[in-house]
This record gives sequence, C-alpha cells and structure tokens, in this order.
Amino acid sequence: MPRAAKGTSRPLQLRYLAHARSGDKGNTANVGLIALRPEWYDLLRREVTVARVARHFRGMVSRVERFELPNLHALNFLLHDALDGGGTISLKTDAQGKVYSTALLRMEIPVPTTLARRRASKPA
Amino acid sequence: MSGPIVRIAAGQGFWGDWLEAPVRQIQGGPIDYLMMDYLAEVTMSIMQKQKSRDPKAGYARDFIPLMERILPDLVAKRIRVTSNAGGVNPRGCAEAVLEVARRLGLQGKLRVGLVSGDDILDRLDELIAKGHALSDMETGRPLSEIRPRVLSANAYLGMAPIVQALQGGADVVVTGRVTDTGLTLGPIFHEFGWSPEDWDKVAAGTVAGHIIECGAQASGGNLLRGWRSVKGMANPGFPIVEAASDGSFVVTKHPETGGVVSVASVSEQLVYEMGDPASYITPDGVADFTTIRLASAGKDRVRVSGIRGRPRTPMLKVSVAYFYGYKAVGTLVYSWPEAYEKAKAADRILRQRLADLGLEFERILTEFVGVDATHGPLSGPPDPDLPEVQLRVGVRAPERAGVERFTREIAPLVLTGPPSVTGFAGGRPAVEEVVAYWPALIDRREIEPHVRVEILEA
Repeated sequence: MPRAAKGTSRPLQLRYLAHARSGDKGNTANVGLIALRPEWYDLLRREVTVARVARHFRGMVSRVERFELPNLHALNFLLHDALDGGGTISLKTDAQGKVYSTALLRMEIPVPTTLARRRASKPA
Repeated sequence: MSGPIVRIAAGQGFWGDWLEAPVRQIQGGPIDYLMMDYLAEVTMSIMQKQKSRDPKAGYARDFIPLMERILPDLVAKRIRVTSNAGGVNPRGCAEAVLEVARRLGLQGKLRVGLVSGDDILDRLDELIAKGHALSDMETGRPLSEIRPRVLSANAYLGMAPIVQALQGGADVVVTGRVTDTGLTLGPIFHEFGWSPEDWDKVAAGTVAGHIIECGAQASGGNLLRGWRSVKGMANPGFPIVEAASDGSFVVTKHPETGGVVSVASVSEQLVYEMGDPASYITPDGVADFTTIRLASAGKDRVRVSGIRGRPRTPMLKVSVAYFYGYKAVGTLVYSWPEAYEKAKAADRILRQRLADLGLEFERILTEFVGVDATHGPLSGPPDPDLPEVQLRVGVRAPERAGVERFTREIAPLVLTGPPSVTGFAGGRPAVEEVVAYWPALIDRREIEPHVRVEILEA
C-alpha cells in the first residue's frame, strides 16, 4: 500500500476513481485507465506512476510504459511480457489481456481523506 | 457540423461476431455503407490452412450466407459494403458473392470490387533475397529463422484500393488483409473526394474506423463504466459513424436498439489495444489520439472532432503466421469442502506423473479458476469456504507426442487423485496446433505496385 500522510490522505482503490479497458499487441497488454470525473485526471496522473504500476504487477510483467491522454482524462499503460507469449501461444485464461484492466483497478493510491470517504461505496 | 454526411455502420467486429447485427443495421434506419471487419492477427493463418485443403476456401465463409440474406435489401436501399472477409482468398470470396447475387436474380444490379495483392507468401524468398529481413517487430529476429515454418504472409493495405473500387462503381468491396480502419476510411474519402495526403482528415477517418471496428464494443458491449445500467443488450445497436465534410463525425446507433453510445463507451473503445497514443500508425497516415475531442451531442450521440495527423510512413506492416508447436489445456472441477486444497493436490500429483514419464514441455501453466485465473497473485487469499474450484492446466511443446500424452493424464485423476472431483464429461482435451504471429515491416514500394483492383459484374 502506498505511503500516505496520516490524517490528510487515505488509500483508495482505483475502481472508485476510474474505469478501464485492456487489450493486447503480441505479448504486451495495454490498459487504458479513464478518470470517472475529469477533475480526478490530475490525481491519477500524479499517483498512478510507472513505478507504482510496475510494483503492482511485479512478477506478472517485465516492464511498464505510460502515456498520457489529457483530452480523454486517461492514461495508457503498456505491460510488457504480460501474456505468456500472447495470442495463440499463451496458455493463460486471459491470453489476450482482456481483464488486466480490472487487475489495475485493484491498485490503491493515496487520495484526500474526504474524497476517499465520499467514493468508498461508488465503484465504476 | 453541417452539409452532407456519410453514414458508415459497423456490421461485424470480428469473425464470429453477432450474426444479426448487419441485418439490423440495414433495417433499423438509414445508412450509406456497411463495414464488416473479419480479420484478427492469426485469422489469416487459419484461412490459409483451409485453403491448402480446399483451393476454393480461405475466406470468412459466414460472409456468404450473410450476403444472401442482405443483398436484396442492400441493392434496394443502395447501401454499399466494405469488408476484409476475403482473407487469403478474396477472389474466391468475391466469386461466391457473385454466385449468390445471380441466384437471387440480381444480374446487372450488383458489382463486386475485388482487392488483391496483399498476399506475399509466394514472394517471401524473393523479398528476403533482395535484403528485406522482415524482422519480428517485438524481438528483432530475422524471418529467415522461421522461414520453413511460415504458413501465411500478408501486407496490411490501407484505404487506397477501396477508394479505387468504390470509384469504379463497386457495391460490395471484398479485400484480403486491408486494415480494419481502411474499411471505414475508404468510403469517407471516396464520398468527400478528399486528398489522401490531407493528414488531419486521414487521422479523423482512422479514429472513426478504430471506434467502430470492434462493433458493439463502442456502443455498450464490454462497457465497464456503469455496466448495470446498460439496457437492452439482447438487441444491441451496433455503432454508426456519421462523417461530415469538415472531418468531424458523430458516433451513434439506430433508435429502438439496446446499448449506449456515450463519452464513456467511446473512450473505452478508443483506448482499446492502444500503444503510443500520439502515434497510431496505419498504412494511410499517423493519427494523434491525444488531439481527439469528445462531446456528448444528445441521447446516444457523441461528437468527435479536433483530430490531427501526420504523414504516412514509408513502411507497411506485414503479418506473418508460422507453425510454432502444440498445446493442450485440461480442466477438472473440485467441490466444497477444501475445494482449493484438493485442486492444488491434484496439480502436484499431475506434475509428478508428467515428470516421472520424462515428459518435457516448453511451458506448463496451472491456474485455479475461482481463485487466481484472471488476476494471478493480485487476487489475494481465497475464501476458505469456496463452493468449487476449477483446476486448469496447460502445456506447450514443439513436438506433438508429449502434449498428446499429457491429454491422457487428466481423466485418470478422477479415480486416482483427490476426492469430490467432477466436470470431465467433455472427455480428453484436444491437442491444438499453435500458429503464431510474426509482425514485421516492409518498404511500401515493394507492395503497392502489386495491388490490384477489379470490378466484377453479377
């Protein structure tokens, strides 16, 4: 769980702040993470860092890249070597990375306590 | 948005998509074009295999009975079709459409545009000899390493031959490996007469194509945001692009259909299979997805504008499919109590038996469906009282024999392993041939002179 200053912020799962869709390109999965409200995009951009996402998926992917789409209030993540060879080679249930999207939504980031309280019951 | 619009309706998002969709797109309201995308990365190799057994096969066979169903309506309503259903045999596909048209009494009323020249399987050795390494875009390995195992090789063509076919009067354009987005770009550029070097317009049409190329995935299907409130999905409205002459467009769907077209549904589709959003590269140009502006424009209408693009690159992507090896996946279901413990014990026993038999695999993967199959270690500790767990074990190897033997080691676990096991009624798992995908690049000057467009009369 990310460190957060006590009292002012609390960890909150991304599912309460964003929706997502994922897909594949060869052995790479992509996850597009879209803020549920435009005003939360900056929070996502600040807190959903490459380092944090790589830590979240440790042992599952080799490398993480991040791209910003402020126009869609979205971040795009490339998760390399995530699919056991990908496409037809993969033995995984999720050979095409269709549900890496929701796996990312499990991640917690520190958010202001008031926001955490307000959102805790309202997933995407 | 003012002036004329061109309506392009998505009919199929992949080979195997909902068969009613194209029919409802034609009957549910006015459209000008029906766009049907059939080709995924390895579809071409499946079709190549079918063609090697039957020279008349090698295309999306579903397309023919579908055309039989909709051709009279298409002709009556003057709706034109663009589709890459031709696979590795676009000529065979076009001829089958013509045959259906004649049977329906449409002689003289239907022209089929046939696009070929994407298939470079017969030219591979010549191209390699000329110095084209066709290296794997992911690994950098040269194609020569797997040359004897290549099953199909096709360059991705863009919109140009489709525009040419439409200008030649084609009502149904049948292609091989044309990009999904080219099937939408072609009609828009043909109708508005835009220059293929108007890069912002190319980018706009590319984005339109990307939004509708996966069918209902842009109009409520697989929509995560507020999925419970998506209504009427027994009759989903597939997406329709209303393109305007200024390059902007509206994404919508027919009235009286289920699903939803919203900023959320379009956004989720935009990020699907995305790489670097600033450089979405197609044969026709490079689209910058960070310039896209989305705005709600009424119920089930999203306006898309502001899209900027850059010139096309000198290269075309090539999709090579090659024989990789064999795989099989076996499953068994264990019930409460201690379902997960039983499944884990069965996995240990199975792996010991495989090792004792001296079988070697490139990969053995165990997943416990209900515990960790979709999110792996992120799933957290399972509920100790799970009602059931499915053990799912997959193996992969270059040779068939070991994989074959593996498939005979699943059923014995029912009587020789942990208790409370079921779910084996399907019998032995099948051994599958693995055909893998090899993406490469080639100088477009090697391909474009070979592209051919023919107009055939019913």
